[in-house]
Amino acid sequence: MKTPFPFSAIVGQDEMKLALILTAIDPALGGVLVFGDRGTGKSTAVRALAALLPPIRQVKGCPVNSARAEEVPDWAGLETAEVVEAQTPVVDLPLGVTEDRVTGALDIERALTRGEKAFQPGLLARANRGYLYIDEVNLLEDHIVDLLLDVAASGENVVEREGLSVRHPARFVLVGSGNPEEGELRPQLLDRFGLSVEVASPGDVETRVEVLKRRDAYDRDHTAFMLRWQAEDAAIRDRILKGRVQLAELETPAETLSDVATLCLALGADGLRGELTLLRAARAYAAWRDDTALTRKHVRDVAAMALRHRLRRDPLDEAGSGARVSRTVEEVLA
Amino acid sequence: MPDLACPVRRAALAIDLLAIDPGLGGLVLRARQGPVRQAVLDRLYRLPLPHRRLHPQTTDETLFGGLDVEATLGTGRVTQRDGLLSSPSTLVLGMAERAPPALAARLATALDGGAGHILVALDEGIDEESCAAALCDRAAFHVDLDGVSPSDLPDLEDPDLTAARARLSATPVTVDLHRQMAELGEMFGIESLRGPLFAIRAARAVAALQDVPLGTEQVEIAVALTFAHRATRLPETQDQQEAEPEEQESREETDASDGRNGQEIPQELLIEATRALVTPDLLDRARIKAMRGATGSGSGAVRKGNRRGRPLPSRPGQLGSGARVDLVATLRAAAPWQPLRRLSAPDRTGLQIRPPDIRLRRYEDRSDRLIIFAVDASGSAALARLGEAKGAIEILLSQAYARRDHVSLVAFRGSDAETLLAPTRSLVRTKRHLADLPGGGGTPLAAGLRAAIEEALAAKRRGLAPTVCILTDGRANVALDGTANRRQASTDAIEMGRLAMLNGIEALVLDCGVRPEQSLKSLAQAMGAPYLPLPRANAERVSNAVSAALRD
Repeated sequence: MKTPFPFSAIVGQDEMKLALILTAIDPALGGVLVFGDRGTGKSTAVRALAALLPPIRQVKGCPVNSARAEEVPDWAGLETAEVVEAQTPVVDLPLGVTEDRVTGALDIERALTRGEKAFQPGLLARANRGYLYIDEVNLLEDHIVDLLLDVAASGENVVEREGLSVRHPARFVLVGSGNPEEGELRPQLLDRFGLSVEVASPGDVETRVEVLKRRDAYDRDHTAFMLRWQAEDAAIRDRILKGRVQLAELETPAETLSDVATLCLALGADGLRGELTLLRAARAYAAWRDDTALTRKHVRDVAAMALRHRLRRDPLDEAGSGARVSRTVEEVLA
Repeated sequence: MPDLACPVRRAALAIDLLAIDPGLGGLVLRARQGPVRQAVLDRLYRLPLPHRRLHPQTTDETLFGGLDVEATLGTGRVTQRDGLLSSPSTLVLGMAERAPPALAARLATALDGGAGHILVALDEGIDEESCAAALCDRAAFHVDLDGVSPSDLPDLEDPDLTAARARLSATPVTVDLHRQMAELGEMFGIESLRGPLFAIRAARAVAALQDVPLGTEQVEIAVALTFAHRATRLPETQDQQEAEPEEQESREETDASDGRNGQEIPQELLIEATRALVTPDLLDRARIKAMRGATGSGSGAVRKGNRRGRPLPSRPGQLGSGARVDLVATLRAAAPWQPLRRLSAPDRTGLQIRPPDIRLRRYEDRSDRLIIFAVDASGSAALARLGEAKGAIEILLSQAYARRDHVSLVAFRGSDAETLLAPTRSLVRTKRHLADLPGGGGTPLAAGLRAAIEEALAAKRRGLAPTVCILTDGRANVALDGTANRRQASTDAIEMGRLAMLNGIEALVLDCGVRPEQSLKSLAQAMGAPYLPLPRANAERVSNAVSAALRD
């Protein structure tokens, strides 16, 4: 298996890259939704993210990547308490996946051969403390979507089936990508994503040439290419780590709170989730930029990605909601 | 330059190029089974990887490997099985047009993974059925063998591929490949950057195959092979003046790019090479694709019926990834045999379950619904209430959106009917098409019915439950053959109605004329459909009537 295309080598698509980085700084942001045409680098960016993320410390062999030995669930049957450094998990959730694979189910292998009742963890367990990536999220079957919603909200996966009763933590950043022309996403799931970005094919020839050049170099001279971009990836990783520290120290001034509230009120965004996410995103953005104070500029810059999918949508309205957000931002936060 | 006009030669060349550089992803071969396709498939031996055959119903277990349940049960020991994707191989996917999106997504991931798989998708689709877009995009080549007669099969040479492979990375390049491809891609309206990327790789492989430096001729061949099927528009050249606004724009782009930099390869040459291969109906197909959002089936796939819905009694069956075991029923089936089995295998502990004991859960699920609107946009209807009908459809659309139904739009006017929108859940697109729907001309009711029936049958094949909703004032005056003959027109319409009934298509006839029309009543009778006269209704009432009729 080749190492994935380096994150820093992706040409353009700044909004998407920024959104992914913000979730790395503050995982509580609640995920990213990337909508756009085929071949715009959606999956490339997410797969690249895995290599970029700072490693986590986890108990060796723990099925839910627990940080401390006392958090390892009983059913895992682990004897070791050794803590090792591991890559942040980025788990692919394929289309057409069965419910058993997502939540985990009875371990048929052990049931049949040894007559034991054991739990076989699913994708949600593997994604704990990491990322869960769903390509073509809008084509996912409804019952899986319901299940994901439920777990994403509670941060815990509860399995009550086939005589098993198991619960384990499942806190993950949900990253979805899809092509809006192929079907729409249910508003409930839409709202669950913290940030939403729209990507398009680069329009001008120069950018496209640059994309071709880099991809071609990646394919042809893989080792040299990875070496060339390694340092830049490492620089982003350091900034993410620094940003995490910075985030904890960042104060939220009262003006920003009122800015956020005014903006969401003016837009009529549903629920309070919009306000909370916008605030979090602005804070993460300030931390990423290494700014010491949270200002109106930070709110303005992330407003579109935090709010565009939360507007009460008239299904027959053709104008993009991104435009509506920027218009309102101009008016309210002039 | 090899003769690229013959599709068989093109396919053979594509296979050779894939053998030289597996990074080209694969080949989509659109052809029905027959000697011509076989001749191409016989060339697959030239690919250096082992061949694995896939079919649309290939399960995860087969693809990725896993526990071999049968063997495990039989021997009482864990037996693992290798998956088809575990080592690089040539994946030959038969009946690619039937591949469900889940399989396409998995194969796409496998191709993206860079493990070196080559996909050969055999697309046997008719008309609009085609291989999943996710796969077509990831395969460099696409060859349509339609119309090649078995007697025209050319003799193919067998160039030395091992030597060509060795040359691949050392072939010098004499042109600015990247810029060239980026500009050409834009001119042909190829949005995805995979097209130009494949063209670059293909050009290198061609040069390696021919053992020459990479120059104009190699680029020409590569572009012809990789761009022809991706093109969504043709760049206009000076001598062609069919002034369509879109195409004019693209010509301006051509001129601009020509002026900006003196390239080594004249753009015209490359454009001509590709244009020669662009089949006449390609742009039509592209238009259809654009209309339907290039989705093969997506959200409307058949529900497998073993995961959700109303539970049915368990059945004996085989284990597989798609099936769920009914544990209680399995144990119940195995229980009576335990003493006997313990006698025959005394050293095994625990329950002894054999493959015939396995019981699978089954559920009955209703498939997704598709509402096909056949809208009369003729002059008479336009005068009467086309606007109202549009309004009603919009209200219905919002309801369909809430119910997650699919909708599709057929309009008939003038002499023929046209499918404006293939089944979709995208409301915005439906709305746009509806708004653009012009009115005027005769009423080819029969043609409209035929288009709707075809649409319904196609939807049934994909596992949707179609309902045809006809909105017309019923004054059919254009016959099936396009002639203005009132009498023949009504006979044809009734005939089509019967056909719909014979095919078991659910329908609904909405009379939106000024007065209830007797001929429409008989049409509804022939179709076995409810007839709803709606004299002077507003949009809301039309929609309520449809909702009520659909509710049962």
